[in-house]
Amino acid sequence: MTDTPAQPIEKVSIIISRGSLEGVYPGLIMANGARMEGIEASLFFTFFGLEAIIKKRMHNLKVATVGNPAMHMPTLVGALPGMSSFATSMMKKEMEKLDIPPVGEFLTMIHDTGAEIYACRATVDMFHLKPDDFCPEVDGVISVGQFYEKAAGGQIIFT
Amino acid sequence: METLTIAGKTLALDADGNLANRNDWNEEIARELAAQEGIPELTPQHWAVINFMRSVFEKEGDAPSIRRLTKESGVDTKTLYQLFPKGPAKRAARIAGLPKPKGCI
Repeated sequence: MTDTPAQPIEKVSIIISRGSLEGVYPGLIMANGARMEGIEASLFFTFFGLEAIIKKRMHNLKVATVGNPAMHMPTLVGALPGMSSFATSMMKKEMEKLDIPPVGEFLTMIHDTGAEIYACRATVDMFHLKPDDFCPEVDGVISVGQFYEKAAGGQIIFT
Repeated sequence: METLTIAGKTLALDADGNLANRNDWNEEIARELAAQEGIPELTPQHWAVINFMRSVFEKEGDAPSIRRLTKESGVDTKTLYQLFPKGPAKRAARIAGLPKPKGCI
């Protein structure tokens, strides 16, 4: 067997489906990181992931402290008032140290790299959202079919 | 170790193909490395990015994040990607004679 060099990744389409802080950031970091490497990237927000591109919500995403065993926090403690806000502010501080921007600034930055940002048609209809609810970086509301058309020839990453 | 003969000098490269020794670097070498990356001419804005990256590396041992680069060098994100269309982090570092940046942002 001869070793052929692996084909470099040229294009990624990243789906963000969750609306917690820790659910949104991995997709944002991967999209930005792709552009830094010269890889074409687009972001598709679906279900609760839409929280990250809704103007009124995007600046208030929280870390989930309940139902997350990796927090090493008993469920009842995680449910105490203020616990999620506390965990969120801790995580935001650590992210700032690593120069990871807040969600709004990060979306602007990613959009400025030339990446495209889309919202899922089915979710927008389900939650009765209007175009005006979204931050200006959103390039459009598209169906699953359009998503696959745009993702053609690249890798799809679901987060 | 791989080498590259450029601007009349034979220079050692690291595993990523970047200059192994940043003191080998000079502006003429930067212009030739840029040409290899498909950038025919380095504009004053290219130089602003390259010089900022080198000054941060000199002090801190790693290239700055893109966020810091755009905030402190005076070149915004859109322009940065126009200057280095194949990826600013990796390409600009190579042209600046620095190793590949370690950070994720």
